[in-house]
Amino acid sequence: MADVTAPSSRAPARGLFTGNALPIAIFLLFVLVPLAATFKAEAYVLGLVTRVMIFAIAALALDLLVGYGALASFGHAAFIGLGAYAVGILASHGISDALISLPAALGVSALFAFLTGIVCLRTKGVYFIMITLAFGQMAYFTASSLAPYGGDDGLTVHMRSTFAGLPVFANDRALYYICLLSLLGAYLLCRALVASRFGRVYRGARENALRMSTIGFEVYRFQLVAYVIAGMLGGLSGFLLANATEFVSPAYMSWQRSGDLLIMVIFGGIGTLNGAIIGAAVFLLTEEWLSGFTEHWKVIFGPLLVLVALFARGGLIGVAQKLRGIFRG
Amino acid sequence: MADAVLRIEGLTKNFGGLRVTEGVTLDVLPGELHAVIGPNGAGKTTLINQVSGLLAPDAGRIVFAGEDVTNMPVAARAQRGLARSFQITSILPRFSVLENVALAVQARRGTSYRFVGNAADEEELNAPARAALAQVGLGERADLPAGELSHGEKRALELAIALAMEPKLLLLDEPMAGTGHDESERLIAVLRSLKGRFPMVLVEHDMTAVFALADRISVLIYGRILASGPPAQVRADPEVVKAYLGEEME
Repeated sequence: MADVTAPSSRAPARGLFTGNALPIAIFLLFVLVPLAATFKAEAYVLGLVTRVMIFAIAALALDLLVGYGALASFGHAAFIGLGAYAVGILASHGISDALISLPAALGVSALFAFLTGIVCLRTKGVYFIMITLAFGQMAYFTASSLAPYGGDDGLTVHMRSTFAGLPVFANDRALYYICLLSLLGAYLLCRALVASRFGRVYRGARENALRMSTIGFEVYRFQLVAYVIAGMLGGLSGFLLANATEFVSPAYMSWQRSGDLLIMVIFGGIGTLNGAIIGAAVFLLTEEWLSGFTEHWKVIFGPLLVLVALFARGGLIGVAQKLRGIFRG
Repeated sequence: MADAVLRIEGLTKNFGGLRVTEGVTLDVLPGELHAVIGPNGAGKTTLINQVSGLLAPDAGRIVFAGEDVTNMPVAARAQRGLARSFQITSILPRFSVLENVALAVQARRGTSYRFVGNAADEEELNAPARAALAQVGLGERADLPAGELSHGEKRALELAIALAMEPKLLLLDEPMAGTGHDESERLIAVLRSLKGRFPMVLVEHDMTAVFALADRISVLIYGRILASGPPAQVRADPEVVKAYLGEEME
């Protein structure tokens, strides 16, 4: 995995693309979107960008694993599905308050991450990829067989979540801002985490696990904690997705979805956090744009990804950094 | 003998049909530098790996600081003050030199389950790390990525990491391996400055270094201790000369 995860092992260093300028620009853009959207196609734009932010949360979580821990999970969509099903199943029983469904979504994700992490983290490299894929597929098929909750067809969420009885999720604009705040929170959490004492040990384990254990760190425990945190962020993403789409489907946890998340992270620039958000935006907006021309939009997107993998190892962030280097001499 | 820092009793390890450690018994007294020498393939690194916990012995006992650590995981032994360096440099190449050492300090000070605050800016960790770097002569190189150090400097960094662990015992597996003449002179000087302050097990091929530094020498051949004692006695031992030193000392 060393090649894929090459750039940026030192936590957020200084400079435009790893400092504060880029995230401030990104979040400012997210704040401004609803204002711009009042002029044209408001519901469409809000819906699309809400989706971007929701997947950006999951992509951030995955970057935490892949980019900082060399833990290439191929089953991260399972957590989105778990979070979404927590909302859907509770709602089908008439419980739709976020005070219950959000902790349920986070709790189920954390538990799944903990239990599978205990097994997955005993493996490395390709085996880790395969075993996370296997657990992801287990979650997928379990959801598909939940006949009372729609099985293969999924489950319509008839009522968006309320918060302490208040219908704060009902309005699209309010939901947009809730997603924005969640993304901001997730981003700040991840950034603090990788720079912290905990994060330094976690990053060190990816660099040289043997050295870390011989100076006295039980590497496995740190990775398990990170895995649970990343799982919970995936669950948060699923909680928001169920509210945004008012629908829950096993497709949320398919391995293709996990692959999409990996593509977002790699496309944006692995191990940068900013790249995960940019990657999610570029992936979903490109999907939206290209699928306007053809339903086989991945035929066009595929080669783009190949180009990034071949010529831009650091993803879009890496390309931007190189260009900046050239212009500054 | 009860106050030995490290006591190895009847340690035995097989790799398949090959017995790589055969009933090895040795101890390290407080402040003592105990060198382990022997030809390639004698089982020196295997012995160090069992003491540090990377390999589990098939038989025998390892007692460290009065505690039986034979079945204890690597990290737990390190937490108790068992520090080691590797024959093949083992550092975090993309972390700064300072962070490599600060991590070792962090392992011993306070909790590492702290999720906020920039660890790289913690003076509480950086100050002892800088002190350890200064001891091995790397004070000027602290901010470089560790991967950009010269080979000899990386060897010194390994020592600094071990020192930053506030060790009760240093296990040094060929600290001079692959270094040039000047570099090894410098490392010998560093080891001499550490001698007496920390008990050490030194595995080394450089006989000049071993005979200059060691309080006691054990000669390991085919996994067995052939002789053990003060340098002068080992040097004069006809068995040792025949089996190993003969060619080395010429």
